[in-house]
Amino acid sequence: MTERYVMAVDQGTTSTRCILFDHSGRLVSVTQREHKQHFPRPGWVEHDAMEIWRNVERIAPEAIAQAGATPDQVAAIGIANQRETTLLWDRHTGEPIGRAIVWQDTRTDALVEEMAAEPFAEEVHRRCGIPVATYFSAPRIRWLLDNTPDLRERAERGDVLFGTMESWLIWNLTGGPDGGRHLTDVTNASRTLLMDLATLAWDDELLAYFGVPRAMLPEIGPSTEVYGTATRVVPGVRIGAALGDQQAALFGQTSFAPGEAKCTYGTGSFLLLNTGTEPVRSTHGLLTTVGYKIGNEPAVYALEGSIAITGALVQWFRDGLGLIATAPEIETLARTVDDNGGCYIVPAFSGLFAPHWRSEARGIIVGLTSYITKGHLARAVLEATGWQTREVVDAMNADSGIALKSLKVDGGMTADNLLMQFIADVLDVPVVRPMAAETVSLGAAYAAGLAVGYWPDLEGLRRNWHRASQWLPGMDPEYRETEYDNWRRAVERTFDWIRPAKH
Amino acid sequence: MPGPVQSIERAAAILRLLARGSGRHSLGEIAGSLGLARGTAHGILRTLQGVGFVEQDEATGKYQLGAALLHLGTSYLDVNELRSRAINWADALAARSGEAVRIGTLLDGQVLVVHHVFRPDDTLQALDVGTLVPLHATALGKVLLAYDTTVTAELLAMPELTAYSRHTITSSQVLTRTLKEIRDGGWAAEAEEFTVGEAGVAAPIRGHGGLVVGAIGISGAVERICDVRGRPQPKLVTFVRDAARAVSRDLGASRW
Repeated sequence: MTERYVMAVDQGTTSTRCILFDHSGRLVSVTQREHKQHFPRPGWVEHDAMEIWRNVERIAPEAIAQAGATPDQVAAIGIANQRETTLLWDRHTGEPIGRAIVWQDTRTDALVEEMAAEPFAEEVHRRCGIPVATYFSAPRIRWLLDNTPDLRERAERGDVLFGTMESWLIWNLTGGPDGGRHLTDVTNASRTLLMDLATLAWDDELLAYFGVPRAMLPEIGPSTEVYGTATRVVPGVRIGAALGDQQAALFGQTSFAPGEAKCTYGTGSFLLLNTGTEPVRSTHGLLTTVGYKIGNEPAVYALEGSIAITGALVQWFRDGLGLIATAPEIETLARTVDDNGGCYIVPAFSGLFAPHWRSEARGIIVGLTSYITKGHLARAVLEATGWQTREVVDAMNADSGIALKSLKVDGGMTADNLLMQFIADVLDVPVVRPMAAETVSLGAAYAAGLAVGYWPDLEGLRRNWHRASQWLPGMDPEYRETEYDNWRRAVERTFDWIRPAKH
Repeated sequence: MPGPVQSIERAAAILRLLARGSGRHSLGEIAGSLGLARGTAHGILRTLQGVGFVEQDEATGKYQLGAALLHLGTSYLDVNELRSRAINWADALAARSGEAVRIGTLLDGQVLVVHHVFRPDDTLQALDVGTLVPLHATALGKVLLAYDTTVTAELLAMPELTAYSRHTITSSQVLTRTLKEIRDGGWAAEAEEFTVGEAGVAAPIRGHGGLVVGAIGISGAVERICDVRGRPQPKLVTFVRDAARAVSRDLGASRW
């Protein structure tokens, strides 16, 4: 019998990856291409959607070839994507309208500040589970409609489509201007500020509030469903799933039961806690979001602690400062010293996300003395990820009323042993990495495989989960408290840096 | 006997040129100075750039000596970089073989464990990244020895090879013969030579040009790893070699 595989496309912030998995959830082949980050102005971050599409066109066949397989051996494709990144394109030509505005982009800060002050903003937060913030898609759509000549008219006529990256890829895979399906899934839709969490449908009042024409919005589908069959790149292969990358990681970690949590360490880091079929409202700065929705089954919700900058700080250390040649070398450099030397870096590059939500904050390095070397800075870079995790876990514990007993982790930064040990130390719980660090891709594959019957049920997927590594806490409690206190004082010093623009 | 290889002579001339004076030269200057066609000079520069001996300034397009030349004799591949590049394949190897996976590199006459994946049975296991194990008594170590004649010579010059069990190779002759077999076969095995009841299989991880930069291997109970005659299960050897090849390919070793 010929082996069959499921293909995951992980369209991430810095690169797109294509991975084939076998029936036991084992990685068979992997191909990857980075795309260019455009920073046209301070606070602006853009991607070229055409470049990303071309990357998919290239790496998907490469992944099949690397496995020594043919497209007919691919049972389904699942897509996981960077969330909230906003793209508009022309329905007739398939041409993107400008570049995609990336989730880290803060150009909408003035608009958001204005809108957040309106009384309806509170109702928006209640209805969507997320606050009016620059992080989410709707303000970006509004900004594009306001700042591109004639765009609103075209959008109202239905000539312009909105989508996050999964919509862009599904539309192109299923034919583009030639009958492509314009579709998003509930997890991605829950990040727009336009969907009611209870009904899982676009909400007219929210559309009116943000001034977004309904004609440009995709259809909302479940996370797991055969959306259609690819006509390009991998013709004939069914597209069986789409999830936001963080929700895909929750799925890949098989955190299917209420109370199960994971944290994915990538460009940013995102801790998601499964709260079952009822959305739980946070009072400590977390987001309420859709975790996943399997076909016609009820949606499963999650509480999310979003940290904007973790791996991105290491990238900045590499590309912006040039102190290391590759990202993993941060660990080598950090190990040249025993501690941070009193230095702390708070990477509020796009403001601070959970649990602070301070869009006016900007990054700082504090505690500089002539004693500090680049080794101390490297430590401070890694520790920033640890302390930001701690803040989010504290919020999660307060909201759920149950203390986290261990933390399941995944993502590229889990290769950093010094960082993983530090996270175990500051959380004072064991940190566990599963046997698939590529959990985002695995989750997308699992969801797509379920849709086409490649895997029968969630229990079968759970049996594939194995512990690959574990770090146990070992930090002196008094030292931990002192360091946490220093960190919190450093965070306070980032607040109120950006002044509101003068009108 | 074959004569000198022209492209290597030209590459050496380019490096000498870049090592002089300001150290930054445009493609035109390099080609002009050495009397080479631009296309020829460009091809050599691209190759040197690929192995890290030359760097190109993004803004000016000018070439200079690469950082890799400065620490040519020391670490060629950062161990944390190696772990990061290998982690996916190490996971897949553990999942396929059902055994613990380790990646090792040479450090001061021993094997430094730079990565460790637990045996996938969810039992309690302790992470042993950072520990040192002997070269001549482990599969990882024997692989590293097989491709490094200097370290092998140092080891063989010692008064005796430490015996960790009655199966440890302590004879120089036997070790020398074993290392040759490893080079011929492309993999190494070990059965109860370091720890009684334990066995292992390992294969080399290669970087650019085939240089061995580490070893990846599995280890576990001897009755699972080996057959009744004490030979490793062929299936496990294939898994280990496939994983080693996959990591090598990611590191830029094209032929393996």
